[in-house]
Amino acid sequence: MLKIRELKARVVDGPEILKGINLDVNAGEIHAVMGPNGSGKSTLSRVLAGHPDYEVTGGAVTFEINREAQDLLAMEAHERARAGMFLAFQYPVEVPGVSNTVFLRAAFNAICRAQGVPPVDAFDFRDLLTEKLALIGMDDSYLERPVNLDFSGGEKKRNEILQMAILAPRLAILDETDSGLDVDSLRIVSEGVKQLSTPHNATLMITHYQRMLQYITPDFVHVLMDGQIVKSGDHTLAEAVETRGYDWVKDAA
Amino acid sequence: MNDALANRDKEYKYGFVTDVETEKFPKGVNEDVVRAISKRKEEPDFLLEFRLKAFRWWQEQTPPHWAHVEFPPIDFQDIHYYAAPKSMADAPQSLDDVDPELLRTFDRLGVPLHERERLAGVAVDAVFDSVSVGTTHQDILAEMGVIFCSFSEAARKHPELIKRYLGTVVPPRDNFYAALNSAVFSDGSFVFIPKGVHCPIDLSTYFRINASNTGQFERTLIVAEEGASVSYVEGCTAPMRDENQLHAAIVELIALDDASIKYSTVQNWYGGDENGRGGIYNFVVKRGRCEGARSKISWTQVEAGSAITWKYPSVILKGDDSVGEFYSVALTNNKMQADTGTKMVHIGKNTSSTIISKGISCDGSRNSYRGLVKVTPGADNARNYSQCDSMLVGSDCEANTFPYLEINNQSAVIEHEATTSRISDDQLFYLQSRGLDSEEAISLLVNGFCKDVFKTLPLEFSVEAVKLLEMKLEDSVG
Ligand SMILES: Nc1ncnc2c1ncn2[C@@H]1O[C@H](COP(=O)(O)OP(=O)(O)OP(=O)(O)O)[C@@H](O)[C@H]1O
Ligand SMILES: [Mg+2]
Repeated sequence: MLKIRELKARVVDGPEILKGINLDVNAGEIHAVMGPNGSGKSTLSRVLAGHPDYEVTGGAVTFEINREAQDLLAMEAHERARAGMFLAFQYPVEVPGVSNTVFLRAAFNAICRAQGVPPVDAFDFRDLLTEKLALIGMDDSYLERPVNLDFSGGEKKRNEILQMAILAPRLAILDETDSGLDVDSLRIVSEGVKQLSTPHNATLMITHYQRMLQYITPDFVHVLMDGQIVKSGDHTLAEAVETRGYDWVKDAA
Repeated sequence: MNDALANRDKEYKYGFVTDVETEKFPKGVNEDVVRAISKRKEEPDFLLEFRLKAFRWWQEQTPPHWAHVEFPPIDFQDIHYYAAPKSMADAPQSLDDVDPELLRTFDRLGVPLHERERLAGVAVDAVFDSVSVGTTHQDILAEMGVIFCSFSEAARKHPELIKRYLGTVVPPRDNFYAALNSAVFSDGSFVFIPKGVHCPIDLSTYFRINASNTGQFERTLIVAEEGASVSYVEGCTAPMRDENQLHAAIVELIALDDASIKYSTVQNWYGGDENGRGGIYNFVVKRGRCEGARSKISWTQVEAGSAITWKYPSVILKGDDSVGEFYSVALTNNKMQADTGTKMVHIGKNTSSTIISKGISCDGSRNSYRGLVKVTPGADNARNYSQCDSMLVGSDCEANTFPYLEINNQSAVIEHEATTSRISDDQLFYLQSRGLDSEEAISLLVNGFCKDVFKTLPLEFSVEAVKLLEMKLEDSVG
C-alpha cells in the first residue's frame, strides 16, 4: 500500500532531517516506529501527510489508490486525505469557532465526494457520530465544542482517534497517540484503534513506549535514529528497546 | 468584451451593465438641480424647502477626513445627481408595465420581481439608479395598514408622515454627506408599521446602480408605531466600472413604545479590481432611535463590497428599557478599505446595547472597527457588551480597532472584548489533512468566525451571506 524509498527531507531551507528512509506497509499490517527524541519520527509523519514546511530532497513514496501505485509526493495534503491517508497529530491544533460536529461532517463529506459516495445528511451523520463516540469512550458534550479548543492533552488525543474512526482511513499514522493518556484512556483508545484495524487498512504507530503495544501487537517494529531506520523486527524488538535503550540498538545495528 | 473584462466578470458576477435608455441630469449640483429633482418627483413644497436648506448648508461645508481610509478628493461637480431609465418616466402602475429589460436585470441579480410577487415571505422594493422600479406585495400589506413603497411615492401619498419623521433621526446638518443626501436624495423605501401590527413578511429593498458617473443618494425611512414590529433587508450591487462611484445614503429608523425594528444589510457593491481601480464609495449614515419605552432596534450588516465603506449604523436609546444591537461582518479584499462600526447612545434608564463586530481582511485591504458607547448622565443602569474580533488572511492586510467610551453615569456596566487572529498555516494544514482543500478550510474557519452574526440574519439571507463570503474568499485564497 505504501512504499517509501530512500526518502530524504528537510525543513524548507534547514538541515536535512530524514536521511534515506525505506519502509513498506501493506494492507492488514500494523507497524510501530520507535526512536529517540528528535530522531525524525514526527517529521516522517508530516512529510507523508504533505505538510508544506518540509521539502523532499530525495527518494520516492508511492501510495496505492484503487490498486495502482501513485506518486504520493505529487499530491496535496487534502488529496492524500481524500485518498485514504490520516495523520493523528502529536500536537493536535485548536480551531476556534468551528464545532467538532461541523468540522467532522465537512471533512467526512469532502472525502465522500472525492470517493464518489453521496454525502450524508446531518441526521445520519449524527448516528455515525454516536456509534464512534461509544467506541472510544467519549461523551457527546465534546461535539458542540470548538475543535480541540481548551481540550485537555488527553482529550485532544482522543479527539484525533474519533476523527480517525469517522473518516475510516486506509492508512492511519498515529504520532504518539499514547502519550498524555491516563491508564484507562490508553486501554479504551487502544481497544478502539484495534477494532478499527481490518485486513484492508494499515496502521503506522509512532511511540516511545511498550504501553500501547501491549494492547495492539504490531506486526513490525522499526527503530528510527538520526533520520534513518536502523533496525526492524517483530514485536519483541519493542520490548528489547524498552529494557535496553537506544544505545543497544545502535551498537547492535 | 475583452479577456480582461471577461475575467473580472467572473470575479464579480453582478458586474454587468443593463442596456436601457437613461435620462440623466447634466453633471453637477446647484439649486436648480435640487429643484429639478424635487419637481421630477412631484414633491410637496415642504420637501423642496427641506432640500434647499440642506443644500445651502452643505455648500458651506468641507468634506470630513477623520476615517482611516484614503482616497483622492471627490469632484462633486463631476457627478450626475439623477439618472433614471427613460421607460420609468411615465410611472408604471404595476410590475406588468415595467420595462422587461429592467425586470431581466433583477432576475440576473437573483431578485426576480415577478416571482417574488407570487412568493409569500418577502416583499421587495427594487431601486434602479435614482428610481424605484416596482414594489411587490403592496396589496396584502395595505390590508394590514402597513405602508411599504418607494420614498417618492410616499412623499406624494403620505406627506404628513414624511413631514413628521423625515430628518428627525439624522438631521440634514448632521454631517457633510447627510446634508448632501438631504439635498439631492433620489429614491429609497418608506415603511410604516401601524400600532400593534407585526409585519408578517420580511420587507426588502434591492438597490442597483447602473448608470455611469452617477451618484446614488437613496433615502430610507422606517417607522414602527407602538407595539409594531418589522424585519427589513437591504441588498445592493453595481456594475464594474473603472471610475469610482459615490453612494451616499441615509437610513432613519424610529421605534415607538414596545416596537421593534430589525434591519439587515447584505452589501456587495463593486469593490474595485485587485489594483484598487474602480468601485463604489459607500458613505452611508444609518441611525435608529428607540424613541419609546421597551423599544428595540437591531442592525445586522454583512459588508463584502465597495472600494471604501464608511458607515456606523447607530442606535439612540432614548426610551427607558430600550435595546440596541449591532452585528457586523465586514470583509475586505484586494485594495478595499472599510472603516465601520456603530454608536450606541444611552439616554433612557435601564437601556442595554450589544455590539458584535467581525472584521476579515484579505490581500492588501484595510479594515477598521470604530465604535462609540456613550452613556449620558441620566442613563441609569446602562449596560453594554462589545466584542470586536479581527481575522487576517494573508500578510499585506491591516486590521484596526478604535473603541471609544464616554461614560457619564457611575451605574453603567460596560464590557469590551477584542481579539485579533490570523489563520495559521498549522490550522490550514490540520484541516487539509482531514480532506478539506484550502478554500473549504478557509471558508470553514471564516464561517466559524462569523457565525454569531450570521445567525441574526433571516435564514435565506444568511445562506446568501455565507455564499457571498465564500465567493470573495475564493479570489483571495485561490
Ligand atoms: N519545522 C521545523 N523547524 C525547525 N526544526 C524542525 C522542524 N521540524 C522538525 N525539526 C527538527 O527536526 C528534528 C526531528 O524532529 P521530529 O519532530 O521529527 O522528532 P521526533 O522524532 O518526532 O521527536 P519526539 O520524540 O520528541 O517527538 C528535531 O531536531 C527538530 O528540532
Ligand atoms: Mg514527534
